[in-house]
Amino acid sequence: MDLIVPLLRGARVTIEIAALASLVAIAVGLVVGLARLAPWRAVRALAVCYVELFRGTSLLVQLFWWFFVLPHFGIFLAPETVGIFGIGMNIGAYGAEVVRGAIRAVPRAQHEAAIALNMPPALRMRRIILPQAFRAMLPPWGNLLIELLKGTSLVSLITLHDLTFVAAQLNVATFRTLEIFSLVLVLYYLLARGVITPAVRWLERRASRGWVRSEV
Amino acid sequence: MVKFDAVVKRYGGLVVLDGLDLEVAAGERVAIIGPSGSGKTTVLRVLMTLEPIDGGIIHVDGEPLTHMARNGRLVPADERHLRRLRGRIGMVFQHFNLFPHMTALENCMEAPLHVLGLSRAEARERAAGLLEMVGLGDKRDAYPGALSGGQQQRVAIARALAMRPKVMLFDEVTSALDPELVGEVLQVIRRLGEEHGLTMLMVTHQIAFAREFAHRVCFFDAGRIAEQGPPDRILVEPEHPRTRQFLSAVLESH
Amino acid sequence: MLFDWAFAFEILPVMAKAALVTLQATIVGYALALAIGLAMALARRSRRRWIALPVGETVEFIRSTPLLVQIYFLYFVGPQFGLALSAWQAGLAALGLHYGTYVSEVYRAGLDGVPRGQWEAAAALNLSRYRTYRDIILPQAIPPIVPGLGNYLIGIFKETPLLSVIAIIELLARAKLIGSETFRYVEPITLTGAFFLVMSLAAAALVRLAERRLRIR
Repeated sequence: MDLIVPLLRGARVTIEIAALASLVAIAVGLVVGLARLAPWRAVRALAVCYVELFRGTSLLVQLFWWFFVLPHFGIFLAPETVGIFGIGMNIGAYGAEVVRGAIRAVPRAQHEAAIALNMPPALRMRRIILPQAFRAMLPPWGNLLIELLKGTSLVSLITLHDLTFVAAQLNVATFRTLEIFSLVLVLYYLLARGVITPAVRWLERRASRGWVRSEV
Repeated sequence: MVKFDAVVKRYGGLVVLDGLDLEVAAGERVAIIGPSGSGKTTVLRVLMTLEPIDGGIIHVDGEPLTHMARNGRLVPADERHLRRLRGRIGMVFQHFNLFPHMTALENCMEAPLHVLGLSRAEARERAAGLLEMVGLGDKRDAYPGALSGGQQQRVAIARALAMRPKVMLFDEVTSALDPELVGEVLQVIRRLGEEHGLTMLMVTHQIAFAREFAHRVCFFDAGRIAEQGPPDRILVEPEHPRTRQFLSAVLESH
Repeated sequence: MLFDWAFAFEILPVMAKAALVTLQATIVGYALALAIGLAMALARRSRRRWIALPVGETVEFIRSTPLLVQIYFLYFVGPQFGLALSAWQAGLAALGLHYGTYVSEVYRAGLDGVPRGQWEAAAALNLSRYRTYRDIILPQAIPPIVPGLGNYLIGIFKETPLLSVIAIIELLARAKLIGSETFRYVEPITLTGAFFLVMSLAAAALVRLAERRLRIR
């Protein structure tokens, strides 16, 4: 019991960081994913650079860069800010590929039907393509958000008192290693499979209410 | 109403439309037949501006569609010009292409609401009326996935009509349907022609339907019109050997 | 000039040595993941449910929890049971286990891709289950998934910095050490990032090449 209370306090930090970083990741994923399909070459190139840069370097290296290097440029970010934006922008790069893939997977015939109804490009995207892509991108986003949750454990290395940090601290203080780390793993598992997965499933059901994809 | 003038369309090195001339009068119903690969579907696709053309010009309703006048010269049309002219044309596709995330009614309301700028009440009334007309008044809240092929295609017709086009294009609209569902779709098209006098271009394999419904039949071969004329002549006693060959092959299969 | 090139060159040899540690960890971790992943994939397909079900659940569990905590777990819990793992042993075992769960999914897709008829043909020839897998199924299942497996090589590579938490001096740990000694973080951490970027871009290009060659076949 004496372990549970501090661990739950750490879990609260983990949940907060994960929730806010998810918002950042989703926003970045949408913007960069759409930018990769933009009609302007320069915008597309910029989006490719973003994705390659953030996927190509390691998340922990990125967090350290924000945390240790930026101050040398006179920019001091709070560790919470680094955690939220560092993780969000990293997962957002993967999310951009999900968004792009889902949009590209909407059949060409849907674009053509919308053109035949004289819809301008922005309207086609917003009303016809994105709603269909949205449903297709939910399952991969579910996986990404679990990756994001796991990624939040790295904020323990930039001084934030999240679940992992508290566990390491308790371990040194009490040496009840097995109990502590087992509990922590179970807590992460519950957050992933007990919260994120059902939430995404629920969204999937809502998004596909009524319509069944016809096989054409 | 529609005028193709020496229209050329290529896919890579393949010439699909080879200097096509074709004129369709207001209220006329033209059936386009021909072997696959003869360019007949391409005629509709370039007219709907789904694909750019590589030569010639298309006019709709007395105005250039694929081009626009700038400083006294004709230049390829930009998106704005296309949007203004495209509204005069409606198209129904072989595979319906309904929007799967919207009900039948929403499918028919979407473009009137957001492209024509109708009020929600007006768009709803127009869409409901058209669904009634195609015999699907009771299916307005169904999603496409829950409708039969014939029903989906009738919704697609209503959706195109909701934009009040002057010209309707039908691209093999019964080819993807089970045989027993073909009749209900053809019946709707027949009513459109007879009661509303719409200008229509249809690519079809339904020879019998073309014969009784079309004013004119064009037989396409290798990107050109090989032979055209009233259905009773073209479909019964064609002159061109390719037409004869094609018709006997089609009739054999039925 | 904020980025001091002279300093960057000065630390380059030390950094390169640490980069070798990173690559070693990547290769050994990946080899472990390939083996563990295959074992997991085969176990999940076992006809004995008392094997398939628990393995399936364990795979789910490992995949849903952070690698960092798993590293701590293996490193700190072992000694309590008289099983003292060195930092290397614990770190590589964690990498191999964690990525084994991902890799097992790739194997699974490859195994599912082998047509049923191949199993039936093997059964008709009265081959044992072991022979069937070794000679008939795996040779067909593996080639198409090479690109998918390659992606996780890149994945493991990018996770190796986590080994720094149990005092394995790989590239990022070295960068941080240099930083704390000299109070210059810009060059070591930026160099580390550049190394990761170049290596993963090169590896990704190789994976794409493998994909293309597969499509040609």
